[in-house]
Amino acid sequence: MLGAYLPILVLVVIACLFGLGSVVFSSLIGQKKPSKVKLQPYECGCEPVGTARERFSIKFYLIAMLFILFDIEAVFLYPWAVLFKRLGTFGLIEMGVFIVILFVGYVYVWKKGALEWE
Amino acid sequence: METIAIPAINLAPIMPEIILSCIAMLLLLVNVFVPSESKGYLGVLSLVGLVATAASVVSGWGQPVAAFGGAVQLDNFAVFFKLIFICSAALAILISDKYVVREEINHGELYPLILFATVGMMLMACGMDLMVIFLGLEVLSISLYVLAGFNRGSLKSNEAGLKYFLLGAFSTGFLLYGMALTYGATGSTKIGNIAGFVATNPQVATNSLFVVGMLLIAVGFSFKTAAAPFHMWTPDVYEGAPTPITAFMSAGPKAAAFAAFIRVMIVAFPTLKHDWTDLLWILAVLTMTVGNIIALSQDNIKRMLAYSSIAHAGYALVGFTACNPEGVAGILFYMLSYTFMNIGAFAVIVLIGKKGEANGNVQDFAGLGQKRPLLAAILCVFLFSLAGIPPTAGFVGKFYLFSAAIKSGYIWLAIIGVLNSAASVYYYLRVMVYMYFKPSEEDFDWVGMTPAIAVCLLLCVATTLVLGVVPGTVLELAQKAVQF
Amino acid sequence: MLEYVWLIPLFPLIGVLINGLFGKKIKNEAVIGGIATLAVVGSFVVACGILFQLISMPGEERHFEKTIFTWIQSGTFKADIGFLVDPLSAVMLMVVTGVGSLIHLYSIGYMHGEEGFYRYFTYLNLFTFSMLLLVSGNNLLLMFVGWEGVGLCSYLLIGYYFHKKSAGDAGKKAFVMNRVGDFGFLLGLFTMWWFLGHNYNVWTINFRELASHADLIPAGGVATAIGLFFFLGATGKSAQIPLYTWLPDAMEGPTPVSALIHAATMVTAGVYMIGRMNFVYIKSPTALLVVACVGGATALFAATIGTAQNDIKRVLAYSTVSQLGYMFLAMGVGAFTAGIFHLMTHAFFKACLFLGSGSVIHAMHHALHHVHSDADPQDMRNMGGLRKKMPITFLTFLIATIAIAGIPGFAGFFSKDEILWQAFSNPLHGEVNIVLWAFGAVAALLTAFYMFRLVFMTFFGETKLSEKAYHHLHESPAVITIPLICLAILSVLGGYIGMPKLLGEVLGGMPNYFEHWLEPVFAYSNNYMAHSLPGAHGEHSPALEWGLMGVSVLIACCGIAFAYALYIVSPTIPEKFTSAFPALHRAVYKKWYVDEIYDFCFVNPCKALGGFLWKGFDVVVVDGIVNGVAGIVKGFSGILRYSQTGYVHNYAYGMVLGTVVIVAVYVFR
Repeated sequence: MLGAYLPILVLVVIACLFGLGSVVFSSLIGQKKPSKVKLQPYECGCEPVGTARERFSIKFYLIAMLFILFDIEAVFLYPWAVLFKRLGTFGLIEMGVFIVILFVGYVYVWKKGALEWE
Repeated sequence: METIAIPAINLAPIMPEIILSCIAMLLLLVNVFVPSESKGYLGVLSLVGLVATAASVVSGWGQPVAAFGGAVQLDNFAVFFKLIFICSAALAILISDKYVVREEINHGELYPLILFATVGMMLMACGMDLMVIFLGLEVLSISLYVLAGFNRGSLKSNEAGLKYFLLGAFSTGFLLYGMALTYGATGSTKIGNIAGFVATNPQVATNSLFVVGMLLIAVGFSFKTAAAPFHMWTPDVYEGAPTPITAFMSAGPKAAAFAAFIRVMIVAFPTLKHDWTDLLWILAVLTMTVGNIIALSQDNIKRMLAYSSIAHAGYALVGFTACNPEGVAGILFYMLSYTFMNIGAFAVIVLIGKKGEANGNVQDFAGLGQKRPLLAAILCVFLFSLAGIPPTAGFVGKFYLFSAAIKSGYIWLAIIGVLNSAASVYYYLRVMVYMYFKPSEEDFDWVGMTPAIAVCLLLCVATTLVLGVVPGTVLELAQKAVQF
Repeated sequence: MLEYVWLIPLFPLIGVLINGLFGKKIKNEAVIGGIATLAVVGSFVVACGILFQLISMPGEERHFEKTIFTWIQSGTFKADIGFLVDPLSAVMLMVVTGVGSLIHLYSIGYMHGEEGFYRYFTYLNLFTFSMLLLVSGNNLLLMFVGWEGVGLCSYLLIGYYFHKKSAGDAGKKAFVMNRVGDFGFLLGLFTMWWFLGHNYNVWTINFRELASHADLIPAGGVATAIGLFFFLGATGKSAQIPLYTWLPDAMEGPTPVSALIHAATMVTAGVYMIGRMNFVYIKSPTALLVVACVGGATALFAATIGTAQNDIKRVLAYSTVSQLGYMFLAMGVGAFTAGIFHLMTHAFFKACLFLGSGSVIHAMHHALHHVHSDADPQDMRNMGGLRKKMPITFLTFLIATIAIAGIPGFAGFFSKDEILWQAFSNPLHGEVNIVLWAFGAVAALLTAFYMFRLVFMTFFGETKLSEKAYHHLHESPAVITIPLICLAILSVLGGYIGMPKLLGEVLGGMPNYFEHWLEPVFAYSNNYMAHSLPGAHGEHSPALEWGLMGVSVLIACCGIAFAYALYIVSPTIPEKFTSAFPALHRAVYKKWYVDEIYDFCFVNPCKALGGFLWKGFDVVVVDGIVNGVAGIVKGFSGILRYSQTGYVHNYAYGMVLGTVVIVAVYVFR
């Protein structure tokens, strides 16, 4: 039964080898001539400005967390939607309660101003 | 296509949780929509909600009622613990208004969070399925992480919140892994079914998967009850969190963790009883000793009470180790009395404290006995109760726990417990020495009583003394609650 | 009225509560004193009611028990709070409440202007309460409660002037010696309870129940042990040899205290106790012999010391010890009624004597204060000729002195004579009886002598005071003299209810009411003596009795004459005598050095032991261990607290370590 997972194991092993291998081989075989430009972090061709260690604005965290929460809510809506007819009224009321609870949270977040970007 | 058959729905067992969650959500909205500066009315509303919940809880006393296919069961055990949680929440709310105003915390969310934490605790107490218990634990824990870091302006509070979150998440990992292993070994997460599976397949009981699963679940719960060596978050978190929250944390969640711990261990792992009582023996001794010994050198009173709560968890673990009906009933009684005496002590600390959590050291209590004799006397009652001196509730609780241990044959455990109790008298009485025997220039005129704190103090003192003098009724209730 | 017997101790208790709690606020002396006195008077009224009700009942039914509630019930040990009313306790109640009321009244005047006025009356009421518990309790434990209570109050009242070191010391001495005796009482109590319970399954300490099972106590052996244990208690409380030395020192207390506690009531507790337990004592002739011998010896011994004292209260104190010796002598020869009778008459005239001396001291103090003299107002050598200035005091004092000397017609004669007669004629102890009688007779001689010496030195002759001081002497106020008069009257008339049969027949067929009254209480013992002891209570000729009576009177008159000769006719003889026999005089004056012997044998070794245990053992060993253990634990705490580093990763590491250890232990088990 576990044999069905064998391809995944092979994939994992190859991925690890690939990642590790690149780093190990390049440090073993590659030339070592560091220069200022080579050591700078890659920014898609732009000149890097300032240090890499900057504090992130907390609004990113807020948006990320809220996204996760409501995304999961959406995920839960899918199975219900698929079986909508078979779950009938009971299902409707259940999901209604679920959505109302999350809606309360949404209203709270909205009123508190967490959805403001600036 | 035909509709899926809906199993019978019985909402009655979780009616308290439903009521409380609705009220908490209502408070959340009210807080956001009513733009007034003072949020005291929220406290009143939350107290009303708690009273309604309590009424609903009490109606569940008597016959056990299961729901959701046996995942939740409202029996006497759950009712008793739910009342403890509601009391701790109510008392914490009572003492919070003065504190939050003084520290200028934006406290509209405080009340809903406390109520949500209470919902989580109540779920933990009545859950008969590992998943439900985990759910309750997480609801509780996340609310507490936020509450611990509630005072955004204070560095210590932020530190407390972050530490609690990190370590709490860490321990949740253990707990969940243990639950997963147990599920893997037995094929069910309902704790009744786990025991049933092991009964029909005895070889599972020696299966290392199963045993390790049980151990990891024990570790997860030990974190929440602050048993050594999983206690290290407690002093920092208790010291940093806002004082009313510390009061809440020391009473309710600890009791909830015990409730879940007891239920899971006794119902799900009865065949491994010998193993986990041995484990608990060691945990109890370590916890009591570590808690009491380190408390001896603490100056900050909140930190000292944190270590003392570790020690008290140790005493409760003694009763758990005994694992007879008296022991478990003793834990119930102890948790109830501990709630009142500890939150009472914290109430006094709230009164004595100054803005910015100044005045938090034992030395700052000097002279209280002369300037504010009534307050000092009330604190003395709580300190005596914590130390376990008759005729207070703390003494009755400890007596009951230790005698249960002796009844089960754990003589040495009881002796260690009593010795630890004796050692603990030092740091409790040290506060009293400072209050009565050291002179002070302070005149304590900022110590103003609000009606809420007065009610809280009155309730706590009354309960502590009454339970100490006539514990009979409550002990009987606890014994009735243990038959699950 | 019998139903309300519990009111008798209740009234003084209420007085204690009121005066004790609020006395400091009530500044009015009359109110404080009034409350206290009225309380005791109330008890007296109830006691009278009870007495009359008892009189109206037929002889055998004169007993009544009222149980309030069960105080202790532990296995087989049961003790009630209950009261026993029978002829014996009725007598004691009357004496205690009656004399007590008079002394309370007297105290209002005597303690006037004292700081701590309310404290005095609180203690006095507390004492009365305890004494009433003692005499009316229906079981040994309740009696013991009263026993201890009177001991405590004695300590409190002796040390009333606590600023004086001598008063504090005297109080402690009284208490400690009493304690030694109480140890004996408890041993007796438990022996009695255990013996009856263990051997016959009769577990009781209730007096009536014990008396009803008296047949179960065998003669000799256990009875002797019990009797001697209880007697040890009696020697402590009633100041007999060897535990008597506290009583003279107890004169440091205020004079009314000396009158009430150390003359009329507390010191008689031992006699009462023996009377109560008569059914045990009668089983043991040995114990009775010891009691009689100790009593007789004490009577003589104390009388000798009394002849050489100069402080007026000391003389009376030794007189008390001596008279108590008489009472024990009576109990010891089986004449229980006579002992109680002498207890009663002694209460009257001794209280009168003490109160009278108080009146004298009061006047002397006032007079000496006026002339700014430092002379001791209690020293008889500073007195003299007081009878002209204080007639009422003189007259009552004289009456009481005549009574104590044993002159016929006064109360003391009847009781003392009865004792001497019983000592002589009761064949309980064979030939020793004569010796006991002789002791009693010589003591009577000395008693008459030193009492009249006191009267002559104080009231007669040339005064030793200065002119001015003498001029300032005056009679005491009515609140002091009225009790004196009452007690003097009782000292005369009180004896007539106990008239011996012999005299009664002469005076128109007057029976011995007292003996008849107490008969039901001592019936068992009297029967036992008549039937079980050989040759007991044989008939004696009336001639012998008349003869002995005459001898007693003669002895008394000799004593008085001797005193008259030495102190009125030629006052220089005493000095010549003391200078002729200096060592003898010094020995007697120094109380035969008994106090010094006790100090050497008991007090100093105890103190040394205490000091050693304190400095050597307690400080070094016990404190060392306790502080050492605490120090070690604190040290551990100082080390362990560093495990709390504050770093989250350390905490997480600790958790992981714990988990790994736990899992490893179990997996590899």
